[in-house]
Amino acid sequence: MLKFDHVSKRYPETGDVLTEVSFEMRRGEMAFLTGHSGAGKSTLLKLIAMMELANRGQVFLDGQNLNRLSPRKIPFMRRKLGLIFQDYKLLVDKTVFDNVALPLMVAGYGRHDIAKRVRAALDKVGLLGKEKKYPLALSGGEQQRVGIARAVVNKPQMILADEPTGNLDPELSQEVMHLFEQFQQVGVTVLIASHDLFLIKKMGYRILKLDHGRLVNG
Amino acid sequence: MTKAQVKNNIGFKDKLHAYLFSHLHAFFSSLGRLVASPVSSIMTVIVLAVAIALAASFYMVVANAKQLTGSIEASNQLSVFLKASVNEQQGREFFRELQQHSNIQSLSYISKQQALQEFKAQSGFGAVLEILSDNPLPIVIQALPKDSLKDNFEIKALATEIGNHPQVDVVQLDMDWLRRLQAIMQMLGRGVMLINALLAIAVIFITGNTIRLELQNRKDEVLIAKLVGATHAFVQRPFIYTGFWIGLAAGLCAWLILLVLLWTMQGPVEQLSLLYHSQFDLLFPNLLETLTIIFSSSLLGVLGAWSVLLHQLNLIKPQ
Ligand SMILES: Nc1ncnc2c1ncn2[C@@H]1O[C@H](COP(=O)(O)OP(=O)(O)OP(=O)(O)O)[C@@H](O)[C@H]1O
Ligand SMILES: [Mg+2]
Repeated sequence: MLKFDHVSKRYPETGDVLTEVSFEMRRGEMAFLTGHSGAGKSTLLKLIAMMELANRGQVFLDGQNLNRLSPRKIPFMRRKLGLIFQDYKLLVDKTVFDNVALPLMVAGYGRHDIAKRVRAALDKVGLLGKEKKYPLALSGGEQQRVGIARAVVNKPQMILADEPTGNLDPELSQEVMHLFEQFQQVGVTVLIASHDLFLIKKMGYRILKLDHGRLVNG
Repeated sequence: MTKAQVKNNIGFKDKLHAYLFSHLHAFFSSLGRLVASPVSSIMTVIVLAVAIALAASFYMVVANAKQLTGSIEASNQLSVFLKASVNEQQGREFFRELQQHSNIQSLSYISKQQALQEFKAQSGFGAVLEILSDNPLPIVIQALPKDSLKDNFEIKALATEIGNHPQVDVVQLDMDWLRRLQAIMQMLGRGVMLINALLAIAVIFITGNTIRLELQNRKDEVLIAKLVGATHAFVQRPFIYTGFWIGLAAGLCAWLILLVLLWTMQGPVEQLSLLYHSQFDLLFPNLLETLTIIFSSSLLGVLGAWSVLLHQLNLIKPQ
């Protein structure tokens, strides 16, 4: 599903952020990405989401070389992904419902289909009663779960989550992780960047550890 | 995995429905947005409306002037001024001679006396003319060439032929000034076309700038839509509709402004035409012209939006 082949990423301002990163993920695999702050976790996820391009090496997603993907194809490639951002990236002037509905609108679903799927996704993250609320009227953890609902609403082939439990209490974190496990069990590939070493170790999945932009185990 | 894929399959009919729905959504949400921030929208619309009203009124000026010259067009007659030495009897004789001419359709004879009276009545110099013992005005014969002589060249030949008679002083081709007028009209029409093209460019740029600002304001939305897999077409749709609504509103306002301008001008124009003893009705935009104003204004709005989106959307990274 995913393959990094000697990938390096450098920002002109900061220099090398990722150096010679190589790993593979099978379809339906679940893995955690850890490392100190600034190790390059978010950057690695951004390469998969086509938000940044690798300077050296190749990233393959679903058999496609992302370095060679034409701009016209990028939107369709992104629809295979469910992205959960560290800073949520919710639209503050849209309701929770509209936020979660966005990937479906974009992919051209009908109105009834959208309503059904959005409710199902919100139900999964325990926010069914809040669909008419605006993001700023929600707590940090609730906003984070709206972001998760948006990521899974389109039944993606791969979920990329950047600190999805950063603002959740241990109990909710556990629930969210369990949700990801459920997706993994129906064949979705899941990659989660997280600091929460205790939770990660407890769950017992594969761990990719970054240290100053280098993969130290995986 | 495969389960998820199967569920993602959407039928063609549903897709079409969803496509139309997304258009309708963009169509009305863009209108909603404009209505929600009325001050800035109204200002843009007024600026655009003034530019379009200006273009439309230039057009109406030319249309009215064309109507005016059109009514004169029929009078391509020759005024034959006889020499001052020619007396009434000789004049009448020459008049009868011309009546035999095969290329002349009709003639009218204006004697010295008639000419004087007309001049007195029209010029208001009556008192001055009383002092003159002699009537200084020549005999004038007005000749209308046969319709078969529509060709300008033939009419000129006829004029020269008449001018060669010893009794004749000058032959004036009324068509000369008519042709000049027509040339002026043509120039005017061309000038208006150029000015209107400039105004259209201004409208495109003003709409474009409005859309650019709107895009800046909604950068986050565009970015997030892109990240969840929106195509260019999807992202730009609401902005194109915004351009359309602005253009449409500007077109309607421009039409109202034009009507007010024409109503204001109607009185003075009527007065002027009374002074010329003529009946001249000010032309108002007809249905086709009205629709043209509104349609082209909407089209310019769309063009303005589109031209800006073409490169501005690419500036919002990531792709
Ligand atoms: N757009 C950017 N331009 C320049 N430098 C960047 C950019 N994004 C990230 N960096 C730099 O790259 C390095 C890695 O950043 P990244 O966000 O990938 O770290 P991280 O592992 O996600 O950290 P955290 O755990 O704090 O989220 C940092 O030193 C950061 O300053
Ligand atoms: Mg990060």
